[in-house]
Amino acid sequence: MSARIETAGAAAATCGACSSSCNTSQLTRLGIKSGGWDYVVALMGNPNTGKSTIFNSLTGLRQHVGNWPGKTVARAEGAFNYNNKKFKMVDLPGTYSLLSTSVDEEVARDFVLFGRPDVTIVVADATRLERNLSLTMQVLEITDRAVVALNLIDEARRNGIEVDERALARDLGVPVVPMSARRGEGVSELLSAVDNVAQGAYPTRPRRIKYRDAKLEAAVAALAAQLESAVGGLPNARWVALRLLEGDESIIRAVRDGTLGELGRSDTAVNLTQLGAS
Amino acid sequence: MVASEEILKEAARLRREFSGDIHDRLTEAIYADAVEVAGRAVARTGQPRRMHFELFCDRVLTSRVWGFPVMILMMTVVFWLTIAGANVPSAMLASLLQGTVYEAMHEVARAAGAPWWLAGFVIDGVYLATAWVVSVMLPPMAIFFPLFTLLENLGYLPRVAFNLDRLFKRAGAHGKQALTMMMGYGCNAAGVVSTRIIDSPRERLIAIITNNFSICNGRWPTLILIGTIFIGATAPPALASFIAATSVVAVALLGIIFTLLVSAFLSRTWLKGEASSFSLELPPYRPPQIWQTIYTSMIDRTLIVLKRAVIMAAPAGAVIWLISNINLGGSSIAEHAVHFLQPLGLLLGLNGVILLAYVVAIPANEIVIPTILMLTLNVAKSSLASTGVMIELDDTAQVHHVLTGLGGWTMLTGINLMLFSLLHNPCSTTIMTIWQETRSLKWTTVASLLPVALGIVVCFFTATMARLLGLI
Repeated sequence: MSARIETAGAAAATCGACSSSCNTSQLTRLGIKSGGWDYVVALMGNPNTGKSTIFNSLTGLRQHVGNWPGKTVARAEGAFNYNNKKFKMVDLPGTYSLLSTSVDEEVARDFVLFGRPDVTIVVADATRLERNLSLTMQVLEITDRAVVALNLIDEARRNGIEVDERALARDLGVPVVPMSARRGEGVSELLSAVDNVAQGAYPTRPRRIKYRDAKLEAAVAALAAQLESAVGGLPNARWVALRLLEGDESIIRAVRDGTLGELGRSDTAVNLTQLGAS
Repeated sequence: MVASEEILKEAARLRREFSGDIHDRLTEAIYADAVEVAGRAVARTGQPRRMHFELFCDRVLTSRVWGFPVMILMMTVVFWLTIAGANVPSAMLASLLQGTVYEAMHEVARAAGAPWWLAGFVIDGVYLATAWVVSVMLPPMAIFFPLFTLLENLGYLPRVAFNLDRLFKRAGAHGKQALTMMMGYGCNAAGVVSTRIIDSPRERLIAIITNNFSICNGRWPTLILIGTIFIGATAPPALASFIAATSVVAVALLGIIFTLLVSAFLSRTWLKGEASSFSLELPPYRPPQIWQTIYTSMIDRTLIVLKRAVIMAAPAGAVIWLISNINLGGSSIAEHAVHFLQPLGLLLGLNGVILLAYVVAIPANEIVIPTILMLTLNVAKSSLASTGVMIELDDTAQVHHVLTGLGGWTMLTGINLMLFSLLHNPCSTTIMTIWQETRSLKWTTVASLLPVALGIVVCFFTATMARLLGLI
């Protein structure tokens, strides 16, 4: 491994030094203790893609296992240092999509939407790319700061599957890191990509899903435009518009009580009392 | 926030225009997009033979035409192996536990000068029931569970769930109910707990209420034994195990049919609503680790289920002995109860002993067969004792002999017992679990009584048909 992963405590940075947005109170509500890190990294992916292996190889023994507040869904948190910065890592439940409303999907989706991690790593199984891209592209609708960890690349090669990661990165608009977490290959490249995206050194242009349906596309565009004018700077207006079209209760609530509005103003710390008791 | 209320109103208006199919359109669009992106990035070089093979397997196993025939075939093969393989070890265990050990225990008791009631209570009651459970259940479980676990580990069960999903959707239930149903084949209490994966409360209740139609561990041995001695035995010896296996599969399929019918009924009456969609992964086929599978299914399932059965069988044996030996007005409590239940039993094509056994066996389905046998023997004991007949139940042919000779069973009794085994109240553990999961007295009652009601209707129907057609 060429990258240097420093030990705990080596970097004594505080949140005050955040170069990115601080979304402290929302994170607190999601059960993340504030302070002590520079960036928050979320880890997502389909089940059975080696998500846990990646989590373990990045965080080592610096892990904390618990539950999501008020949910029976298990959660693991860890931390790692890279380039003199402290990264807090949250392992989200493995899901196939963010569309239906299972508790796992809700937990994962809410963390990316409201917790607004600085970087979201989406682990994709290179041997089953189509299915894994379906989740990846849904994540890219919510956040533009993502890195795709193209895992199991060795198994894909063994099965005669070659993935052109540069073409993929071009299409998705975010870094794609081929890796084999089991063998520790690609871990340093992943760290550097995460660091680049966190610092804004890699300009992401996430792909937007084409809905291939003029009527749906028109409805989404109209609603998204209204949302953008009401809530300036919303990074995922199209996605929110779709959820509203679907009648997603928790998103409707977030629009109504202003939680979503706060997300638009990335530099303001969210006032906890505005969030309501949801 | 005036602006946001307006947006919400506009969204609601647009939503109505799409009449609820946005979700499906969206899922398709995302997938189409993913296919497009993946197509540009992925190149297949070399010989991806394995992938082709997997794809081929999936095409066959989940095909509309072949999916169900293959499923039925797989089940039949599993049960055939179980029935054919369990015969010999079952007979050996029975002759050891009910023959040698049982007699030795009586001899020790005689030598020690133990009073008759103590020897009877301990040896004829507690020990015999326990020995029955072990010899009837251990061999089929030791074969069936590893085979079932192997299918699970191979990745076949998710394909079955995929096939069933279509049907569940049509029944207005959640596709994941196929998975909770599979779980119920192990244990209904576990199946009920596993319905937590279904998020919609409506669909979850349907899954809980219908879980009892999945034949659990405790009921497989009953079906296998009765299928062997009443249905398999009617076929020529070469085909006997196969026919017996077919009859067990038929009952299991009937269970799936009842699951779907009752789900459809509930989702159109008390629990109205649309089925929600979900993703189901068809995991890669993995060569199963055979030894590990055998080891874990022996420890995890066979021994745990057996332990539970033995724990339940000992007190049940005690109860059976007591009700058979405490006399009220000239005959035992068991005889009174059996005579009282006899008319209803016969009307249903069963008999009083079977109904009493199902009452005694409420704590655990595992002990139904031992209870039936012990009650049949005990109730007929008075007449036996006078003739001095000695019965050794050391193989299944003897069981058949006891049931038909002493219990007056017919083919109809056997078939209806199999049906009643499918359609009766859940065991007390499952009922408690349903209560804990739903916290609703109403739904717990429905889930407990609905299957018995169906069982009574179905058994009455088959009994009446058999009588009208002059089959018995």
